[in-house]
Amino acid sequence: MSSERLFTWRNPWFAAGVGIIGAFVALSLIVGFVMLPYATTSSQFSSLWDAICSAAGVPRVTVNSEASKPGAITSNVVLNSQMFGAPDTRSVGRGATLAMQCAICHGSNRQGQVDTPNLEGQPAAAVYKQLRDFKTGARTNAVMGPFAVKLGEQDMLDLSAYYSYLPRQPGSYPNDAVAVSQIVARGAPMRNIPACSSCHGTTDAKLGTPWLDGQSAVYIKAQLQAFATGARRNDISEQMRNIARQMTTAEIEEAAHYYASRP
Amino acid sequence: MLNSKRLVLAHFWLAFVVFGLALLLGEWQMFVRSPLNPWISDSELYYRSVTAHGSAMGYVFPTLIAMGFGYAITEFALKKPLIGRRWAWAGLALVAVGAVTAMIPVSLGLASILYTFYPPMIANPFFYIGVVLVVVGSWIWVALMSINMAAWKRDNPGKPVPLAMFANVAGAYLWGWTAVGAAIEVIVLILPVALGFKTTIDAGLSRVFFSWTLHAIVYFWLMPTYIAYYTIFPRAIGGRLYSDAMARIAFILFVVVAMPIGVHHLFTDPQVGAGFKFIQSVFTAIVALPTLVTIFTICASAELAGRLRGGKGPFGWIAALPWDNPMMLAVTFSFVMLGFGGAGGLINMSYQLDASIHNTQWITGHFHLIFAGAIVIMYFAIAYDLWPHLTGRALDSVRLMKAQLWLWFVGMIVTTFPWHYVGILGMPRRMASYDYTNPAIAPQALSVSISVFGGLLLVISGCLFFAVLIRGHREAQTDPGEYRFSVAVHEPVRVPVALNGFALWLTLMIALTVINYGYPIAQLLALKGNAVPAVYVGAVR
Repeated sequence: MSSERLFTWRNPWFAAGVGIIGAFVALSLIVGFVMLPYATTSSQFSSLWDAICSAAGVPRVTVNSEASKPGAITSNVVLNSQMFGAPDTRSVGRGATLAMQCAICHGSNRQGQVDTPNLEGQPAAAVYKQLRDFKTGARTNAVMGPFAVKLGEQDMLDLSAYYSYLPRQPGSYPNDAVAVSQIVARGAPMRNIPACSSCHGTTDAKLGTPWLDGQSAVYIKAQLQAFATGARRNDISEQMRNIARQMTTAEIEEAAHYYASRP
Repeated sequence: MLNSKRLVLAHFWLAFVVFGLALLLGEWQMFVRSPLNPWISDSELYYRSVTAHGSAMGYVFPTLIAMGFGYAITEFALKKPLIGRRWAWAGLALVAVGAVTAMIPVSLGLASILYTFYPPMIANPFFYIGVVLVVVGSWIWVALMSINMAAWKRDNPGKPVPLAMFANVAGAYLWGWTAVGAAIEVIVLILPVALGFKTTIDAGLSRVFFSWTLHAIVYFWLMPTYIAYYTIFPRAIGGRLYSDAMARIAFILFVVVAMPIGVHHLFTDPQVGAGFKFIQSVFTAIVALPTLVTIFTICASAELAGRLRGGKGPFGWIAALPWDNPMMLAVTFSFVMLGFGGAGGLINMSYQLDASIHNTQWITGHFHLIFAGAIVIMYFAIAYDLWPHLTGRALDSVRLMKAQLWLWFVGMIVTTFPWHYVGILGMPRRMASYDYTNPAIAPQALSVSISVFGGLLLVISGCLFFAVLIRGHREAQTDPGEYRFSVAVHEPVRVPVALNGFALWLTLMIALTVINYGYPIAQLLALKGNAVPAVYVGAVR
């Protein structure tokens, strides 16, 4: 028995084992790589080889793949972490000059203006993205639009560098007594609302998102409502619109007051 | 004759302790995401728990059972001391150290990536290092099983390898090759990113490598169960095994086709071509064959036992079976769960049917029914059968054992059937919270709540299981006699070379792997630009 040779076609177990497995392989290759590709009605193959390559998963260029166009202008800003390095002093200086026309609404000494954001100390990427979106029309505002249209690419980079260079000023109404609200700290996962703090400060910050600590409650509320109604639509992949739509009025109020109370 | 009692006992106890802890986590998870709990405010805790539960139940528990049972089989079946007992202890130590190494980052919240890794999520490197240590420890077992069988064959030329050992080595080889996929994924693709040498990872290729392991690992978990069906059950109910050759063929089929079919886990993934999905779907269908063969052979063996006990007529033998025997109960329950779970599995492997249940709770229900149900209930039965031989003390709590098995069976059905159902309703898996006030998913609330109670029954059954074993340790010393495996109706005097070794079948297994996985892997390796940025879990940003 030990002399019985295994790896030979004369051994019935070898022949059956290899034969049966081989037959199944051959059959499924024919069905999977030839018959099924042709069975799909949408496919157009130039040759049998083309059909086989398609079934094997070779990347192919699909014809007639024109992307559908969105109904409104969308943001075309692309940010990456290398775009805003250490601020270049000349850029900051040019930004400071340009910012003279912004100071009346966006500085810490803005006179009681609560419907505009304070930009001092905001991340450069956040300022740059909004300026670009105002310029292209992805975000609209009667006041900001005409300002942004005139700005060149370098102007916008300079302004961003300047505002990120400035130290963040203490908030207007710091109040330690305001407790962290659930929506800020945890979000509402059952309604697909992530925690505000996971992008807008306190827990974490993401590239291109503004830091909300110390911002005016009126401004935050107005923006959340604009996202909810769709009046503002320059958020990537509708992420803020989806969040704001799911938020209750009370949650919007809570989040706005919490951030306004931050130092 | 068991020289390595302490070795085997150490494996089993470590396995069951891990199992007990993970069982509690499982029930907690069922509870927090059910309507009985408002919502878990910190969902990270849920994913941390799922990672611990899955890694413990998937990697540590069954691996230790297979290893411990394998060492016991080696000595019982070959009737000689285990070769390489020190290595076996080293393997156990590696598994234990690996389990602890992996669980520390998990409990710290630095590895909440679930046991399926999910790149581009990247955990703390110690999690992966721990998993690798567990696998390396188990590879020592693979090598020892192979060496022990080879040594026995050298000493007994021409004699058939005892079925239990043959099947045991089949399981070892299957695991040895199966674990390669995840090992490549972890060592080559993930660890460099986790250690900070790279910041991007090819998530698609990683998933292909993981699928290499992910399906066949279930057959590795299944092996001790099937070995118990064939080599313990007929003896335990006073019968004989219907066919030794069919048993060997079933195990051989598992070796050949259980592994190169994992792409059916990637049916909705874009990185594998439809042709390869089809061919692996076909081979997934073929892997149902050894199970059908097993059900036939084991039912025939049960019929023999029933008739030997005086059962008459077409169904009289069923009534004559020893229904008060825990092994009889365990195998019956196991078969019922295997039947339902297997039927569900046929749905999962069908490309079109899979689309409706892919990544829903149906899948979680399915693998709990098969693994935690059909397989684990036999782990209990194996422990009950082996314990007197390991401890030298009788296990006398038969009523407690039966209650435990009943509770596990009923609990598993009550847990998994509603779970399947909500999957059909479209409930996604891997979520920490669901808004049951939403009219769209409100109808799922009742089913999910029922599942929680099923889980509670499982926890009670788990407690009873420990009670039985601990009471066993406190009994008086007795002589359990010689351990015996089932004897076949026609005891094999000589078997063909093909059914006495694995050379041909391992060759076929590797050839099939090359056919089914070669091109998809080569293509993804050759394609440029498919790496994505890693997402470091729990990292301070």
